[in-house]
Amino acid sequence: MWRYALRRLLQAVPVFFGTTLLIYCMVFALPGDPIQALAGDKPVPESVAQALRARYNLDDPVLVQYAKYLGGLLTGDLGENYTGQKVSEMLGGRWTVTASLAVTAWMFELVIGIALGVWAGLRRGRLADTLVLGGTTLLIAVPVFVLGYTAQLAFGVHWPILPSAGTDEGWPVSYLLPGIVLGSLGLSYVARLTRTSLAENLRADYVRTARAKGLSRVRVVGRHALRNSLIPVVTYLGVDFGSLMGGAIVTEGIFNLPGVGQQVFQSIQLKEGPVVVGAVTLLVLIFLLVNLVVDLLYGLLDPRIRYE
Amino acid sequence: MKIEDPAEPAAGPVQTTAPTTGTAPGAGGVPAEAVAEAGGLVAGRAASLWHDAWYDLRRRALFWAPVAVLLLVGTMAAVPGLFTGRGENEGCDPNVAKLGPSGAHWFGTDLAGCDYYAHVVHGARPTLLIGVVVTLFAFAIAVVLGMLAGYYGGPVDTLIARLTDVFFGLPFVLGATVILVAFPGHGVGAMTLVLVLLGWTTMIRIMRGQVIAVRDADYVQAARLLGASDRRIMTRHVLPNALAPVIVVATLNVGNVIAGEATLDFLGVGLQYPEVSWGLQLNQAQSYVIDHPHLLAFPAVFLSLTVLSFLLLGDAVRDALDPKLR
Amino acid sequence: MDLEKDPPLLEVADLSVEFAVRGGAVRAVNGLSYTLREGETLAILGESGSGKSVAAQAVMGILDSPPARVTGGSVRLRGEELLGLPERRRRAYRGDRVSMIFQDALSALNPVFTVGDQLAEMFRAHRGMRRREARDRAAELMERVRIPSARRRLGDHPHQFSGGMRQRVMIAMALALEPDVLIADEPTTALDVTVQAQIMRLLADLQDELRMGMVLITHDLGVVAGVADRIVVMYAGAVAEQAPAAALYARPAHPYTAGLLASVPRIDRGGGALHPIKGAPPDPAALPSGCPFHPRCPRAEAVCAAEVPPLVEVAPGHAAACHFAEEVHGGN
Repeated sequence: MWRYALRRLLQAVPVFFGTTLLIYCMVFALPGDPIQALAGDKPVPESVAQALRARYNLDDPVLVQYAKYLGGLLTGDLGENYTGQKVSEMLGGRWTVTASLAVTAWMFELVIGIALGVWAGLRRGRLADTLVLGGTTLLIAVPVFVLGYTAQLAFGVHWPILPSAGTDEGWPVSYLLPGIVLGSLGLSYVARLTRTSLAENLRADYVRTARAKGLSRVRVVGRHALRNSLIPVVTYLGVDFGSLMGGAIVTEGIFNLPGVGQQVFQSIQLKEGPVVVGAVTLLVLIFLLVNLVVDLLYGLLDPRIRYE
Repeated sequence: MKIEDPAEPAAGPVQTTAPTTGTAPGAGGVPAEAVAEAGGLVAGRAASLWHDAWYDLRRRALFWAPVAVLLLVGTMAAVPGLFTGRGENEGCDPNVAKLGPSGAHWFGTDLAGCDYYAHVVHGARPTLLIGVVVTLFAFAIAVVLGMLAGYYGGPVDTLIARLTDVFFGLPFVLGATVILVAFPGHGVGAMTLVLVLLGWTTMIRIMRGQVIAVRDADYVQAARLLGASDRRIMTRHVLPNALAPVIVVATLNVGNVIAGEATLDFLGVGLQYPEVSWGLQLNQAQSYVIDHPHLLAFPAVFLSLTVLSFLLLGDAVRDALDPKLR
Repeated sequence: MDLEKDPPLLEVADLSVEFAVRGGAVRAVNGLSYTLREGETLAILGESGSGKSVAAQAVMGILDSPPARVTGGSVRLRGEELLGLPERRRRAYRGDRVSMIFQDALSALNPVFTVGDQLAEMFRAHRGMRRREARDRAAELMERVRIPSARRRLGDHPHQFSGGMRQRVMIAMALALEPDVLIADEPTTALDVTVQAQIMRLLADLQDELRMGMVLITHDLGVVAGVADRIVVMYAGAVAEQAPAAALYARPAHPYTAGLLASVPRIDRGGGALHPIKGAPPDPAALPSGCPFHPRCPRAEAVCAAEVPPLVEVAPGHAAACHFAEEVHGGN
């Protein structure tokens, strides 16, 4: 296991550098004036532009620029907005909101997603299966912002059963509706993955062995088949975290949750480019970290992978 | 519905091997005729796969329904004039803004008093164009790199794998947001470029896996023994037999790209006015949907139906190609 | 004690299994009958698709249903009918009094659990033992099937074992609760020839030690030779011939058996030419009329295509389902 963990850690290093370099090049090293690009069509006073140029070391060679930018990232410096406020400070109190939302969405995905997947997987080809497949396809097809507004209209305005904006009622009540909206895409994939993988594993030889051992159906399905079926689900959770964060920007914007995503959402509208870049870069770094953790977890779950 | 193949009872649950039949792959001294025959099988193998799939698809409602929707939306994108006499952003009257659906304006009017129906018709083109073109480019990159990585293995594979990891480290919406916020242009071309950059990794792992699976197949070994060049083996033998699952994923991917692009439009980092797209319409409508739900409903329904159609189409093709995956 | 009055250890009678397919059903097992006595080794011999594994799974009660379904017959263990028992009571027999070994131990063992866990699970599920005690018993089992440094290897996963060692784990698991009947489904097919011999010897030793009956399912005449007391030859889901091993080898009474014997090299017959059986085993979905073997049979006559031959006794304990069983038997 330790060798596997070490290898995964080593593999994460070039990914970290590659991804940050990619972001940096795409944002600051493209032809044209990045400062003006970040502001969109909003006029930037020359003094501010000067300060920003100095701030992002745009007068240095690209690699030096990147090194300085990376140094900033590693010390928690995400840059400043046009009025000189630090992005890291702007985001400070917002993390708890985003974390609560992500946890709500994740729990929803896992609990309901796996339950639906098991239900469908055990009844492959029957009504339950068709319902789950059809329903999840529909959920995947509806973009998260459409789902968000629809949910807000339906359950916040027409049938006001759940709070549809703000965090006044705290966790979990205020986070339920946005959490469900945010988690619905992941839920669909989790349910489908669980279903396919369970249905496949139920035909596996080792499940037949488990039955030949005289184990109860609960034990055969719950311990032997499901344990193996959850391996792809866990690996998916890492990838899913990326769309979860993208979705958080949309969801927090729609449901007016004062989290990091809402800050990004508002900064885009206000053409505060530097804030968007700083905050989203951090989200990407968190995504990389979560994926590393998921990979290590994968090694724990599937012993075969450790000895490759 | 899963219907067992009639041949399955014998081959499936009856877990037995038949060492008496079938020749061992790679056994020394393969006769020349056998090799020639094995080579000839390749084209037939891929062709019959698609032939069977087509036979299966023709009888599915879940194949024809998305095809019908996509034909409709495709026609809207190609010749919007068939559906509406108005051009993009044409004939707008601020005095009749945000009207609900009526005889004069089937889908109502938007914030600027433009006819919403004409808007939705014109919105099809950029949406569909970006979805399809991004996927085509991503498909091409994935097929070429996946082929090289899977076929040669070793350092080539490692290099491509690391490169894939780097791009995989940028989630679609998140990565596109950070890049587009500073991107010099926000037209269809710029969007396509950025989305290809972020989207090509989705297919490469499948392509690579397929190539590895096919690479060691008997008929490829046989072609190699006959002295076929790598290039010929790759294009004639490996490619046709590795492509099917990648095409399925590509079809599904069109839907995902469209949904992603619409999300970026909605966030305000995608296409900008005066472009017309469904995502952008929803962006402009966002503060008014509570009072004027039609502003949400029409573009949302078209958008979702289009994405759904690509997903259903991909699912149907996958089921037809490989009934086991159902 | 009068053995004749005692019910046999395992009695399978007229067993039929069907698979549901598009628009109908396919018979995989077609009225199979055999008897296994205490301490006896019965070999079931047949090609792939002959229904021998399906029949074994039906006896165990582990068929995938749907699509498979037992449509008739009986399975009696010491006189007690197992078919039709409620699943809960049936389960108590599985692994405890009747257990099974599968062909490919790598896929038959769960890849994500240690072998110790999988062995201990037998004691925990059937005997309600605590973790520690079950683990001790698992270690004893591993020693019993002669796995070196057994206790240390309890924590290893199946893929860390060699093919032969893995099959030993499989055997240990099947024998954990000292069953009355062991069904071994192609136990050595996935193994190297030298390892095959070791595993067969281990099985024979353990069988003597535990005095259990063994049903050995195989397509390999070589595996059968030294071990089986009696042989049942299966073709197209039914018995083609059954006889004491020596009698079957010496004087087969069914052309199919004769064909099988002629298709493998035998030291006792010298180095003559080998004669494979022409054609392929029939598709269970489209069985030939009459005797299912007739299209491949060198002796086939008009009656073979018209009538299903009954199982006729040609000698005590030796029967064959052939219209010409007497002639074939006598002709050797």
